[in-house]
Amino acid sequence: MSEVTSGEVQTVVAARRLEHATSVFIGVGRPSTAAILARMVHNPELVLVYESGTIGAKPFHIPLSIGDGELAETADVVVSVPEMFNYWIGPGRVEVAFLGAAQVDRFGNLNSTVIGEYAHPKTRLPGAGGAPEIAACCQEVVIIAPHSPRTFVEHLDFRTTVGYGDGPGDRRRLGFRGRGPTAVVTDLGVLEPDEDSAELTLTALHPGVDVQEVQEATGWELKVTAEPATTPPPTDEELSALRELLDR
Amino acid sequence: MAELTTLAEAVADLVSDGDSVALEGFTHLIPFAAGHEVLRQGRQELELIRMTPDILYDQMIGMGAARRLVFSYGGNPGVGSLHRFRDAVEHDWPRPIELEEHSHAGMANRYAAGAARLPFAVMRGYVGTDLAPLAGVAPITCPFTGEELIAVPALRPDVAIVHAQEADREGNVQLWGIPGVQKETVLAADRALVTVERIVDELEPRPGAVVIPGWVIDAVAEAPGGSRPSYSLGITERDNDFYRFWDKLSRDRDEFTAWMREHVLREDSR
Repeated sequence: MSEVTSGEVQTVVAARRLEHATSVFIGVGRPSTAAILARMVHNPELVLVYESGTIGAKPFHIPLSIGDGELAETADVVVSVPEMFNYWIGPGRVEVAFLGAAQVDRFGNLNSTVIGEYAHPKTRLPGAGGAPEIAACCQEVVIIAPHSPRTFVEHLDFRTTVGYGDGPGDRRRLGFRGRGPTAVVTDLGVLEPDEDSAELTLTALHPGVDVQEVQEATGWELKVTAEPATTPPPTDEELSALRELLDR
Repeated sequence: MAELTTLAEAVADLVSDGDSVALEGFTHLIPFAAGHEVLRQGRQELELIRMTPDILYDQMIGMGAARRLVFSYGGNPGVGSLHRFRDAVEHDWPRPIELEEHSHAGMANRYAAGAARLPFAVMRGYVGTDLAPLAGVAPITCPFTGEELIAVPALRPDVAIVHAQEADREGNVQLWGIPGVQKETVLAADRALVTVERIVDELEPRPGAVVIPGWVIDAVAEAPGGSRPSYSLGITERDNDFYRFWDKLSRDRDEFTAWMREHVLREDSR
């Protein structure tokens, strides 16, 4: 097999986090690819939940949109948007949520609204979608983002979605019932919140990546755990399943 | 009782300049044909409401039909940006557009409150975000438990426009597949127009289908293929290539305008 790319490692590592999960909420792109891969390799019973209302979708192909026909045709049940948020997301019935964003800060807060000032943005991004309530209510959140100083910023231009807010205790104060972000999976490594400070801390490096490289791709002075682990490289099984999925 | 009519007559009767209009359909069943008819009839100064503006509102915003947009996710699903929406917000082209933005949960609850003719809905959400002060939501205390919750104002559009697979001759509508917020939108609005793939003698019950009785709908118009490049499950397929094509075409103002003139505005493009 040809050499593994950093994007493939990121997808494989995200998929591994779903090995023991019962259900995962996913958007399109890498999160969706990772969740379908998890069903193929680790966890065939995993329930995929898409914002469009498809619960228990079993897509053979990677969907382009969250509402592709294959998702509705293979779902256990298809529900309306009010039902999705009020009966399924809100009460915390979905275990893991995979979320992406244009900007992530040290407390795992996310911006998907604007770059620049809200009233006169440099770049207008799509906006919140379901993310604020998904991040508040799902039992845990895994953030999947490309590691660059443009994405991992000291200050968000807009706080669309709350991770740990301004630090420990904020989630409880805001009345959130989910635990919040448990990991940020990037193409360089894995960040996890520090138990005491809730600050994202580098805990694992993907093969061939060093701490310096991750620091340079992060817009704040990154905390690093005493001895960061090295991500086990993708196995042949994981890699061939991922490539076969992408070729479908 | 719903009147079975043509799309052109339905739009002429139900949509006026300045109206608030919700053309709904969550990725699935997006009423493209009806939106295009609104553009052909030259409606102006609209308040466009839609959870996911998608390509349809990108087109309507790019043609300058909207003064205001109420929404929760303005992207090209799975592809990237909506370039006409971005150009309007970033550069006021072809005109400035006022935004009111929410989360999906907020919008869904606002429609549900509108359908129930309640002034607001109660939910957990928005708190701690920069969205909360912009969205016009307010804290409210539960009278039973004392829990602090969020109230979102009801949405009551002047006109709801949705697309469905089929209707019978009494104007009873049936849709299946991803149901989105179409039922709530129809019941929240003052007037409702439904376009359908086909008119049938009798609605055949289908698992998970949503049926909207004809007596809460003003007009039903047959519009085969009326959700393309979105889709009507079981009848047409989502044209994912068009969503990718739109990403390239819509980046350029002139190319966009020429395409709209050729494919949407011409009388014979109906």
